[in-house]
Amino acid sequence: MSTQSTIYLDYASTTPVDPRVASKMMQYLTPDGEFGNPASRSHRYGWKADDAVEEARSHVANLVNCDPREIVWTSGATEADNLAIKGVARFYKSKGNHIITSKIEHKAVLDPCRQLEREGFEVTYLDPNEGGIITAEAIKNAMQENTILVSVMHINNELGTLNNLEEIGKITREAGAFFHVDAAQSTGKVDIDLSKLPVDLMSFSAHKTYGPKGIGALFVRRKPRVRIEALIHGGGHERGMRSGTLPTHQIVGMGEAFKIAKEEMESDHLKIKAYHEQFLKEAMKIEHAYINGDLNNKVPNILNISFNFVEGESLIMGLKDIAVSSGSACTSASLEPSYVLRALGRKDELAHSSIRFSFGRFTSDEDIENTLSILNKVVDRLRELSPLWEMHLDGIDLDTVKWNTH
Amino acid sequence: MAYSKKVVDKFENTLENPQAFNVGRFDPKEENVGTGMVGAPACGDVMKLQIKCEPKGNTHIIKDVKFKTYGCGSAIASSSELVEMLIGKTLEEAKEIKNKEIVDALELPPIKIHCSVLAEDSIKQAIEDYESKQ
Repeated sequence: MSTQSTIYLDYASTTPVDPRVASKMMQYLTPDGEFGNPASRSHRYGWKADDAVEEARSHVANLVNCDPREIVWTSGATEADNLAIKGVARFYKSKGNHIITSKIEHKAVLDPCRQLEREGFEVTYLDPNEGGIITAEAIKNAMQENTILVSVMHINNELGTLNNLEEIGKITREAGAFFHVDAAQSTGKVDIDLSKLPVDLMSFSAHKTYGPKGIGALFVRRKPRVRIEALIHGGGHERGMRSGTLPTHQIVGMGEAFKIAKEEMESDHLKIKAYHEQFLKEAMKIEHAYINGDLNNKVPNILNISFNFVEGESLIMGLKDIAVSSGSACTSASLEPSYVLRALGRKDELAHSSIRFSFGRFTSDEDIENTLSILNKVVDRLRELSPLWEMHLDGIDLDTVKWNTH
Repeated sequence: MAYSKKVVDKFENTLENPQAFNVGRFDPKEENVGTGMVGAPACGDVMKLQIKCEPKGNTHIIKDVKFKTYGCGSAIASSSELVEMLIGKTLEEAKEIKNKEIVDALELPPIKIHCSVLAEDSIKQAIEDYESKQ
């Protein structure tokens, strides 16, 4: 089956490249295009490529209201997270060795933190509140004399919940610790004003915002100055923070995508908000459906719902014509429910039965209507198959059952 | 997902046409019904298998089977596959069914072998329950 007949509701995982972005990228590859190395100072090819890179840097800076000189190109948000966290920790290790992050961060933050633990750093992993929010108060309580870095995501990728950067940043500023934010899910979704936000480092990704995969950026504040130790050496590109020949076409793609994001954020938002409301209203008519994450404190493009008495992976298999993600990692070797949902304190069975729907620029009215009708049907069918649903209908409280675990 | 076409087909057919694939329930109190339920919601799968038997010679034969499964696609496919193997078998023959037969029939990937183990456990428990009533 062609993927074209499958409804795509997994925009939080990745977005298609906007055709306007792709056509611009193609101008920087072939012999008749501007294929030069931006680091070549001795000829026109290099100068043209460098101009394109700098223009793209301005577009990225413009979307988040910072100085273009504060943008460092990376291979994606994962590398940006690594560069920020390891870079700050290793540079400032003489000042302290304590780092604060949360249990619901992306692996691109958690895994570098684990690595730093192996290098002798101490890391505090904060629990979110039951709505999936990391509160400033939790950060404040975890702060120590030797805390050098706090890394908290802006929008959670599984729940769509939104952390208050202003409040958290106020705490980190007072404590004299650096504040890194993974904003991979944020660009084009919510306003970010780095001229005002008390954030020192921020990671971005192109492919969540209709740009290409394989390119991202790290914002590194100049005033007050943040210094980082590079991860990759070899030529001193990007003011020594990230060596390697700049991939002009990828960078141009990210720049164009972020330029469009700025222009169309409002219209994208209005459209997606309407879909969110419609989807929420209809999906909540299904009995025992629960929203994961604080509804009053989230972005509308991500909607995470648990359908009790139905297992998530079977639901995804049943929804074969719809591309969505499951909170349950039953498809992996671990057979563990999502660590994010677990951190919210959701019961395992609800964590096992969660589905993330994420909408985007190319979602249509039909996509939403068809998904809702298929969802209703498949949840019904799977419940007909579910011994848990049968027990529930018989009035048995599942918490009192003694299970025969294997 | 590394599922074989067999798992996907079995899952989809069972979902499309549950009655034809023996989804349902018998009254567990009936004397000729044996019920087995294994797994736990927290682990992500629960299988309930019921057999309806009648005496034949000096043994008992499985006349009908019903099941319900909460779990991933391969757990549902494994129970459905097992049910087909059971009908018409004597209890002795049914006890001989090994999870490997389900693994082979569905070409289950290695990380999903526990689904077939669960299915094997469910038939053992159902037979035990039935025999305890006789």
